[in-house]
Amino acid sequence: MSSQEESAGKKQAIIRCESVYKIFGNNAKSMLRESDGIVDSKRFMEAGLIVGVNDVSLDVIKGEILVIMGLSGSGKSTLLRCISRLTDATSGRIFIEGQDILTMNHKQLVELRRNRMGMVFQNFGLLPHKTVLENIAFPLQVKGISTRNSVQRAMEMVHLVGLEGRENYFPRELSGGQQQRVGIARSLAVEPDIWFLDEPFSALDPLIRKEMQDEFLRLQGVLGKTILFVTHDFDEALRLADRIAIMKDGVVEQLDTPSNIVLNPATEYVRKFTEDVPREKVLRVRSVMEPVTATEVFGDLKVPVDAVIESVAEKILGQEKPVAVVNSNGEVVGTLYASHVLKVLFGGKSGKPEQH
Amino acid sequence: MTFLTKYSKVAQFAVLLAVFFLLCLLISPSESSYLWRLPPLLKQLPAIINESVDYLMFDWWPVQVYDPIIEDYEEEALFREFTRAISGFFLFVINFIREIFLGGNKTVVAFTSWDFINQNPWVRWPALPWTVITGWAIILGYRLQGLRLAILIAVCTTFIAVFGQWKPSMETLSFILIAAPVSVILGLTLGIWAYKSRVVEETLNPLLNIAQTMPHYSYLVPVIVLFGVGDHAAAIATIVFATPPMVRLTLLGLKKVPVDVVDSGMMSGCNKFQLMLRVLIPTARRDILIGVNQTVMQCLAMTVIASFIGAQGLGSNLMIALNSLRVGIGIEIGLCIVLIAVVLDKLSLAWANKQTDYFANLTFVQRNRYTLLALVVFLVGTALAWIGTFLFKEGFNYLYIVPHNKGITTAPFWQAAVDWVWDTFFYSLNSFNEFLITAVLVPMKNMYLRMPVVATFVLMMGIGYILAGIRQSLIIGGFLLFIALSEYWDRALITAYMASFAVVVSTVLGVIIGTLCAQNSVASKGILLICDFLQTFPSFIYLIPVIMLFGITDTSVIIAAIVYATVPATRYTVEGLRSVPQVLHDTGSMLGVSRMQRWLSIELPLAFPHIMLGVNQTAVFALFMVIIGAFIGTTDLGQLILKAISDPQGTGIGLTLGLCVAFMGLAVDQIIRTWANERKKALDMN
Repeated sequence: MSSQEESAGKKQAIIRCESVYKIFGNNAKSMLRESDGIVDSKRFMEAGLIVGVNDVSLDVIKGEILVIMGLSGSGKSTLLRCISRLTDATSGRIFIEGQDILTMNHKQLVELRRNRMGMVFQNFGLLPHKTVLENIAFPLQVKGISTRNSVQRAMEMVHLVGLEGRENYFPRELSGGQQQRVGIARSLAVEPDIWFLDEPFSALDPLIRKEMQDEFLRLQGVLGKTILFVTHDFDEALRLADRIAIMKDGVVEQLDTPSNIVLNPATEYVRKFTEDVPREKVLRVRSVMEPVTATEVFGDLKVPVDAVIESVAEKILGQEKPVAVVNSNGEVVGTLYASHVLKVLFGGKSGKPEQH
Repeated sequence: MTFLTKYSKVAQFAVLLAVFFLLCLLISPSESSYLWRLPPLLKQLPAIINESVDYLMFDWWPVQVYDPIIEDYEEEALFREFTRAISGFFLFVINFIREIFLGGNKTVVAFTSWDFINQNPWVRWPALPWTVITGWAIILGYRLQGLRLAILIAVCTTFIAVFGQWKPSMETLSFILIAAPVSVILGLTLGIWAYKSRVVEETLNPLLNIAQTMPHYSYLVPVIVLFGVGDHAAAIATIVFATPPMVRLTLLGLKKVPVDVVDSGMMSGCNKFQLMLRVLIPTARRDILIGVNQTVMQCLAMTVIASFIGAQGLGSNLMIALNSLRVGIGIEIGLCIVLIAVVLDKLSLAWANKQTDYFANLTFVQRNRYTLLALVVFLVGTALAWIGTFLFKEGFNYLYIVPHNKGITTAPFWQAAVDWVWDTFFYSLNSFNEFLITAVLVPMKNMYLRMPVVATFVLMMGIGYILAGIRQSLIIGGFLLFIALSEYWDRALITAYMASFAVVVSTVLGVIIGTLCAQNSVASKGILLICDFLQTFPSFIYLIPVIMLFGITDTSVIIAAIVYATVPATRYTVEGLRSVPQVLHDTGSMLGVSRMQRWLSIELPLAFPHIMLGVNQTAVFALFMVIIGAFIGTTDLGQLILKAISDPQGTGIGLTLGLCVAFMGLAVDQIIRTWANERKKALDMN
């Protein structure tokens, strides 16, 4: 973990949380001060307080997708709401590009939201009295951009999310998936560089959810935002995340890449999630390869270091010789043995931490 | 013992009743016994209220005011100047709107002087021809909903014009058109404020409760004292009465806005004003506009009563007609009030259901076609009116303004009908009337009056305790104590007897009608429509037919109250039974229950809390009608309130009496609402 954090610190952290607490209840602040930062949620519960977020520190690096995953009541949405300051954290510091947002006044906050942040909500949060186009144009209009320009920009967003021809529909006339496309378009209309998504696909049917996840990855491929994504669905987290923070009872249990979480769950709680995960769908070649030794005789097959194992498994298992692993420049960076791959996929926890 | 634990509530009630009757038997009527009647400790309350109002009006915070007549400064009380300014404002606006409809010169006077008018008698604001107003109303209806509403409006307005009620109708409308918007703005502001601040919400809540259960009459006296008599006073009384539902629905609507929508508004970068005006209010639009609808309906309900303090228009004409027992004219006027109510109700509901327009590429003509159409109507109407001056030589231009009572009238027909009913059924009606009075009402009244005050307290607080808990029981005790300590306990008992008789009958009728109609969906829809329709009638209208049948007696009042109060009982029964989930019906059917069994053991228990809410409404409605019934002669609190209107010391008396009635209503409301809500929660029927 420590090496992980160090390496993350070197890259540019867009969002940084330092010991963030959110405790609901009347005298939360004084209780927290007395407890000196060590919060026992049971003791607080007896005092009539509910601990939402408990001493969370994390960084979100520029351009990454950080998924906060947890079951209901784990405090994941509360954490997101603290970071977007829809609720005020009880204690701690939250920086967005170095600015402490907890000390911002209302006006600064409005400015920040108008220019830097976009957010997508679980139940869409569309304005029922406005059409698709008007909903998307709303953040622009609020900023004071002229109707002509905001409509033009909103139309671009309509195209981006593929809702052409429905711009004059009302939200009630759209399916759930379409409504969430509107929500996504609206959150992107002001071209924010920070994108919050609070369980955006949880209210959708499984097939639509899959489609929307693909859509999301496509958009991120084009846009490259810094993303904080909240979900209760572990598979969704594995599919989308660069890094995952698993939360329970307001505490971050583990913060790591999907592969490392699957291979080396930090706690019993995390391990339960990883048990049924098909590893070949999560792990990448990087986490099962061996270092290159000079004596190696490679076969003809070369696999990219970032490929998901599932996508190359069939070819690897057909090889008798070790397979060369190459990076994006075509240099050989590792060796893959079919037997070792099998062992990692179906054996115990013999994988090793993935290095960035 | 098992019986006691299983039916503990039944047992408690049995004990309570036993104690109650024991107390009734043991305590004999004697003026000196405090167990029989409490001493009127609050006797001074009306006088105190009067003195404080007088002080407020004449002595408090003197300011120097310039008087142009004596050309010097005079000392006046600030508050009085304030109320005068408000009165002046309202009077001006009402006259202004009235003159747009009917023409006149008062608006011109407001800017110049009577001298100017006397010198220039030609100065006069011309009235809009009735054809133009009708046309505009039709266009509005078409625009808001479509052809059906347009036709309905056309029929209603034409009816009003043709029957010669155009002038009083417009007078009534002009005062609604000021009272309703002011109530709406006031209600919206208070509602938003209550949404923003919990303290405000908690302060407003009891005030709204009292305002909504105080009988209409009792507003009138203080308004007379503060604002004088006339259209403006009527408008102010109406505003006080019509604002509470707007506040409530605004608050309700704002609270119902989903968290996600509020959050998304904030994340879109709204500041506080943008959030309120562009996110919260538009999203809560439906509830808020239903509030507007209710406010308009309340305003109409006040038109008749407001005529007591000088509102001109249909209301005062109706009063005159009823006072002189000209039922035929009364029916006609009543019909016009109902028609205006129906039109305004449909228009405001259509507005509530209409979606706003969106950005679209429309041409100038497309965007403004209704305005253009309205302009055309105006020109055509004016031209017609001008042509009319040549057509009608005898002095009445029917294409301009149909003169009052010069249209077609059906009054003789109605009068004949009434006479026929009287001639044909006089004996049967009269014997029914007599039977009801001697065999039911008088004994019941005597029984109520025979109750010692202690027994009443035990009964009411006991019911409160059993159904709603100790806290509610104490609140009810407080309400009753106020009435018991005022001078009006006996009168209150008479009011209670009439209201409770009406409630019992209405509830039985309502539950039976409701249950029968709830058996099938067409009938349910039908009966709910009828209920909607009946609820648009201002309460006073119900008195017309019963006077026609039973003359001026307690029976008339009680029957009017029964008819009026059956509406909510029926509506809530239907709603309650229809909201029983289909799956439970299916379960019942698969278990092989009969229709009756299903009703008794599945539907009724589940719908019962909702039906009780209906009974609650029934009680409030019955109480209102009984008080209004004072107008045709009863001997309860209502009569005293009515008297207070013409009493120079009436403010205190009127308010105290009003509070007595309000507290009676609230006591019932407290018990039933608390019980029903808890029960609903327990049954998971919300």
